[in-house]
Amino acid sequence: MHPAPSVIAFTTLSGLGFGLLFWLGLGYPNVTGWVAFVLFAIAYLMAVGGLLASTFHLGRPERFLKAFSQWRSSWLSREGICAVAGLIVMAIYGAGLVFLGTSWPLLGAIGAVLSLLTVFTTSMIYAQLKTVARWHTRLTPALFLSLSIAGGALLAGQVAMATALLVLAGIIQMVWWLQGDKAFAQSGTNMATATGLGSIGTVRAFEPPHTGNNYLLNEFVYVVGRKHATKLRMISLVLMIGLPVLLLLAPFAHLFALLAVLSHLIGVIISRWLFFAQAEHVVGLYYGKR
Amino acid sequence: MTQLPEQTERKLGLVIDLDTCVGCHACVISCKGWNTENYGAPLSDQDPYGADPSGTFLNRVHSYEVQPEAGPAQLIHFPKSCLHCEDAPCVTVCPTGASYKRVEDGIVLVNESDCIGCGLCAWSCPYGARELDAAAGVMKKCTLCVDRIYNDNLPEEDRIPSCVRTCPAGARHFGDLGDPDSDVSQLVAERGGMDLMPEQGTKPVNKYLPPRPKDTLNDETNILAPLLAPVEQTDGFLGWLDKALEKL
Repeated sequence: MHPAPSVIAFTTLSGLGFGLLFWLGLGYPNVTGWVAFVLFAIAYLMAVGGLLASTFHLGRPERFLKAFSQWRSSWLSREGICAVAGLIVMAIYGAGLVFLGTSWPLLGAIGAVLSLLTVFTTSMIYAQLKTVARWHTRLTPALFLSLSIAGGALLAGQVAMATALLVLAGIIQMVWWLQGDKAFAQSGTNMATATGLGSIGTVRAFEPPHTGNNYLLNEFVYVVGRKHATKLRMISLVLMIGLPVLLLLAPFAHLFALLAVLSHLIGVIISRWLFFAQAEHVVGLYYGKR
Repeated sequence: MTQLPEQTERKLGLVIDLDTCVGCHACVISCKGWNTENYGAPLSDQDPYGADPSGTFLNRVHSYEVQPEAGPAQLIHFPKSCLHCEDAPCVTVCPTGASYKRVEDGIVLVNESDCIGCGLCAWSCPYGARELDAAAGVMKKCTLCVDRIYNDNLPEEDRIPSCVRTCPAGARHFGDLGDPDSDVSQLVAERGGMDLMPEQGTKPVNKYLPPRPKDTLNDETNILAPLLAPVEQTDGFLGWLDKALEKL
């Protein structure tokens, strides 16, 4: 799949932003006034910034309001509704903390749940696709949720929680990669089933429909990024999990915390790039590619 | 509404004969023509006369080489367009309701004025039937020529999809696949029509007729042998001439 920068930015930033909102909604850390303002501002910048970035890959972004209508069947529609609902609830809850110095725990809990639901619905947009075997697994929501909660804990300064959750997210990430490498072969879809010609013999793509490129090949048959995948996985894992955990275990210093957050952010961006770049769509089979 | 109908009154679709298709791409051109000049946003081209031309097509013809365990390889031309699936994943993923399947005839369509161009329907389609038009920013797909098949302004023989009308080999058939007595259903039953990627669970309406078994040539016959055998004539005038020239 084509790793569109807007979609990578969206899933990375909004994942972290809603992760932070989740912790803030539960009262970790239990802050009011200016400190609360700064934390909420960071969370909203990431969550809203991510959502805005996601509109850049739309063909007709001016019609985005229509996307809230099909929640009965569409995970993308559900995601939009959860995101807006979560942001509104958390804004009211945040206003109470920042301006009134009072906490409404029930509202915060609802906001936390909506924040997690937003991340879950995002992950389901990918996990629902049978056409991309690497994504079509329950591990995909587990990966998105664990990274979001771990990153949120890191931003919220919950050292013990963040350490444990980062390790958990790292384990899920590794399992997701290992499973994903086998998924396409295990899915049962191949050139024989794609063409229905397998009963005659071995099928080989002889001639593509056009000599030029097309939307399908650009969008679904992205092969450039697969070359350095293993190295990038290692780099991603070190930056996303390894380095932040080491920095958290070290005696607390603001500089270390900042470094841990930046390292985690870059690590997640690399992981998300691989998420798309390595994903094989079955339509590639019609072109004799994967 | 992007929920799929429980069932449709008819199942209009195509039957494509892989035995007959000659790979001329006439259906590709007529499809592009009709769907550019008529309903909806035109099928645009990018850099059409430049170094890297590309464009939107609703129908593309692939060619495959199939090598049986014994015998010569076969070349099979393979037209591919929307299969108007009964369980169309492209419909349910749509966040805006632009993508829908009609109850009356089962045709899967896009309401272009509702499409935000997110591309998720194309992601969910295993067949590559949907293409986002780079100029219009909306999703394009085969409409089964919905603006031809019910069009009273056209002569009756033209009220079939453009690709079917154009095919010079008679490799494309149009009809109601929900009616077991229709010509297309009979054809599918007779020739063992098949689904593409049945394991994806999309239940395509369009069917493909597999190539008929080929004639078998006599074992080990080299069809080039008569042409490769040395020309030798040992008697008559040419024989004498050959020998005479040889001696010179």
